[in-house]
Amino acid sequence: MARTLINVPAKAARGEIIEIKTLISHPMESGFRVGFNGALIPRDIITLFVCTYNDEEVFRAELSPAIAANPFFTFFTVATESGTFNFRWTGDNGFSASGSANITVE
Amino acid sequence: MNMPAIGRRAVAGAAVMALVAMASGAADIAPADQRSGYAFMGRETRAMQDDDTANPGMLFVLDGEALWGRKVGDAAKSCADCHGDATASMSGVAARYPAFDAARGRPVDLEERINICRGERQQAPTLPFESQDLLALTAYVAHQSRGQPVAIADDPRMHPFIEAGRALFQGRQGQLNLSCAECHDDNWGKSLAGAPVPQAHPTGYPLYRLEWQGMGSLQRRLRNCLSGMRAESYAYGAPELVDLELYLMWRARGLAIETPAVRP
Amino acid sequence: MSDVSPGMPTSRRQFLTGSARLAAGAGLASIIAIKPAGATPQALQGAIAEVVGEATVRSGKVTLSVPPLVENGNTVPLTVSVDSPMTEAEHVKAIHIFNEKNPQPYVLTVRLGPRAGKALIATRIKLADSQLLTAVAELSDGTFWSATADIIVTIAACIEDVK
Repeated sequence: MARTLINVPAKAARGEIIEIKTLISHPMESGFRVGFNGALIPRDIITLFVCTYNDEEVFRAELSPAIAANPFFTFFTVATESGTFNFRWTGDNGFSASGSANITVE
Repeated sequence: MNMPAIGRRAVAGAAVMALVAMASGAADIAPADQRSGYAFMGRETRAMQDDDTANPGMLFVLDGEALWGRKVGDAAKSCADCHGDATASMSGVAARYPAFDAARGRPVDLEERINICRGERQQAPTLPFESQDLLALTAYVAHQSRGQPVAIADDPRMHPFIEAGRALFQGRQGQLNLSCAECHDDNWGKSLAGAPVPQAHPTGYPLYRLEWQGMGSLQRRLRNCLSGMRAESYAYGAPELVDLELYLMWRARGLAIETPAVRP
Repeated sequence: MSDVSPGMPTSRRQFLTGSARLAAGAGLASIIAIKPAGATPQALQGAIAEVVGEATVRSGKVTLSVPPLVENGNTVPLTVSVDSPMTEAEHVKAIHIFNEKNPQPYVLTVRLGPRAGKALIATRIKLADSQLLTAVAELSDGTFWSATADIIVTIAACIEDVK
């Protein structure tokens, strides 16, 4: 599976707005580049990134070929309760990757 | 990007010609003036390097960490089986590479050292240059020296190779009759086709280059520089590239290792 | 010639007229690679219209932060924030980002909601050329707000040829 780097604070106060950062390894081939042989390099991108917090969706990103390689996102969410963040990336050619992180909310 | 290839080259070529016309004295950079390529980058690119959770090079370091523990080859050994915990055993290693290899009678760089181990100790096939696995392992090993100053050993056996590297750096070559020194010793800090000329200290390799949208080695960058100068590029693994790297690392002594760096 | 598909030139004259139109459209000599269709301000307006429909897009509330001088168009850090309390009653539902000169006008759509706490997102995008970037925020009350940023994209100095 593609390498991911997920950054979620391990602990937060109830109601605190926390910052989440995610990075995933993916070429994000736009489909507009021409290779050395003159042929168009086919598109191969991640198209969707979804984050759920205890199974409720809190962030969704619909990516286009204009997103840079190794897609990086920073977003915020309110720390409501202890639990798990699940991250899922899907894209062209059946691409699928996931990750998770736990949080303790006091 | 969509700019026509010929247009881009014409712009760079014209700018380089203007630079060539300026006086060149091939004087070494004073130690007080020494600066890593980091100092010539914009704030946002520096921020990308500084944040381990946002630096794409760290994805490769993580891959390298996984490879470090994987048993490979006929010997079914992992790097960890001999070297243990890399954070301890590899600390300081990249800071003194390229290093002299007695068996070969010449310096070898980190990529070559890793492949020597793979072949001789693990009895595994060598990893091709610029392969994801070699980049990841090299990045992982070099990362263990992050923050430590470059310190090429003062080994008399290395002197002829440092001098060979110096000759490559200072000698004029290619269709533009340009030397590396003319830009990187004499005109660092000035602008070339809209971008600042850095001092050419390879302190952050392998690094994530925005232009490549990926990770690459110093040899890849040197090959690109040489073709950009309209000079002949050496093949991957050529002794000239190792001699040049040795000279550049010796020249960068005292600057901190930054692997995995981010560069435009 | 009814059995010929539309893309195929059927005579020398058609072929020459076609190439001339292509070269004129690209505005450059035929030695340069042809720019893909879609990279126009009209495509940008069309993409925005698809999202906002009949509603007016107002200026304000949205801050689009991009380095004014981009070192490399392959990876451009971008931050969008929207001035909103992010409560159940008043929040940002989505942020849409569009570009002007890439081969296609979409950059990103992000879905938020009151659980976000703060309407701020950051990512890295690709820009083919110096151009205008537009961010449109869709609020829970059905209004749309936007901001634009004019970005200059430089390229790597020693043009790379070989891998």
